[in-house]
Amino acid sequence: MAEKNNLLVKLDNGGVYKSSKWLVRGVSLELYKGQIVTLIGPNGSGKTTTAKMILNILKSDEGKIESYTSKMAYVPQKISIDWTMPLRVIDFMKLTNHINNADITEALKLTGVEDLLYNQINNLSGGEFQRVLIARAIAKKPELLVLDEPVQGVDFNGEIALYNLIKKIASTLNCGILLISHDMHFVMSATDHVICLNGHICCSGSPSAVIKDSAYIELFGEHTAATLSLYKHHHDHSHETDGSVAK
Amino acid sequence: MFDDFFTRALIAGVGIAIIAGPLGCLVIWRRLSYFGDTLSHSALLGVTLAYAFSMNITLSVFIISSVVAILLINLQKRTKLAGDSLLGLLAHSTLAIGLVLIGFLTSIRFDLMGLLFGDILAVTTDDIALVWIGGIIILGILYFIWKSLFSATVNYDLAAAEGMRPEISNLIFTLLLAAVIALSIKMIGALLITGLLLIPAAIARNLSNSPKQMIIIAILAGIASVVLGLFTSLELNTSSGPSIVVVSLALFILSLIPLEIRGQLQK
Repeated sequence: MAEKNNLLVKLDNGGVYKSSKWLVRGVSLELYKGQIVTLIGPNGSGKTTTAKMILNILKSDEGKIESYTSKMAYVPQKISIDWTMPLRVIDFMKLTNHINNADITEALKLTGVEDLLYNQINNLSGGEFQRVLIARAIAKKPELLVLDEPVQGVDFNGEIALYNLIKKIASTLNCGILLISHDMHFVMSATDHVICLNGHICCSGSPSAVIKDSAYIELFGEHTAATLSLYKHHHDHSHETDGSVAK
Repeated sequence: MFDDFFTRALIAGVGIAIIAGPLGCLVIWRRLSYFGDTLSHSALLGVTLAYAFSMNITLSVFIISSVVAILLINLQKRTKLAGDSLLGLLAHSTLAIGLVLIGFLTSIRFDLMGLLFGDILAVTTDDIALVWIGGIIILGILYFIWKSLFSATVNYDLAAAEGMRPEISNLIFTLLLAAVIALSIKMIGALLITGLLLIPAAIARNLSNSPKQMIIIAILAGIASVVLGLFTSLELNTSSGPSIVVVSLALFILSLIPLEIRGQLQK
């Protein structure tokens, strides 16, 4: 029963139908507190659509969804803030609920952009904005965090630091994380459950099980598995943002 | 003091400027300038219907503008036309229907110029009460839905994901826009009300660093436009509605100067 109490969201056979075709269909997944679930798959395979179903942005056209939390935070893929609006980082941090300044600074420090508090959002670089987006989601102290390719546009060292941060907040905030990522190394090394999508669930399970699945190999090719082990070898340590080896 | 027509015009105009400030900022942020235009064009139809069925003008304009707004939202979901094409379609067809209907109402003496440009100097004490009470209600509702509306303005998906119910606040916002047009059509006129919504907010955009600042400056710029515009019209004997908008434009040009200087300093 303990596990049942930790259940945050359960999607049962969900699907979205739009412009006379199914964007994604037959997706079932459960997300528990402290757990990281990743969605992988080629472009147009329904990753973002699935995430939007979980967040109730899109209504599932079949199946059902049970949510046990309302404390959700979202880091969307590619958003742009209209330059017609004067918006500082501090205003953006407080967008959907009031967060005190100490928590805001703390979260911005975690993602390495605490100096940008009073900068205009429009003047940030892509990578900086991405860090602000992640900081905003963390500062909300959510129970369910959905990250849609959260490190796009972030420099290489920053990418590793942010992935480490994501891993850390799953345990420190005890929140469930649904992650969409193309970084196979992180997916395979740090997540609890991998779901491989291509309009439907091709395969799912623990990272080590998925990587051996024939459906996965068919979708991503055998070389992915091979590169992955190489990749793993190279990354037996990680870097701080300044490039030094992290302890 | 309400005895003087000029004082009445000032009080009503300032009231409209205060309501128009925050709504105008939202119109700019959401890129709805033409939406405002469409609503005010359809307002003409509302006025015609009010005369035809001897209804209250404000109420009739509000109903027609709301219907057009809701029609637009639904059409956007159903057709393959872009938003601006639909806006043009609705704006001109409602305007045309309004003008055709005016032709039928030969028994009533119609002041078309008054409808298009408003007559703020003809404001009655009742009009003032309507503007201020209506304004307080509009701003009260806006305050209540602000967090949801503002977050949806920044990013709809983000707001929806984080429980802000943006679809409801969007609908309410549309109705508020229809309401402000209904309140001000008699004073500013169908053609100029979008100007009073947009220009003060545009002035504020040039001078502000945060959303809150932009709203406050938009309100102040709106009040300045109304007051200076009315005094100008009194002094030069020009029509009042257009004078207000012209003053507003002059303030907008002035507001560009600091931007230029800032640019020079940074070089």
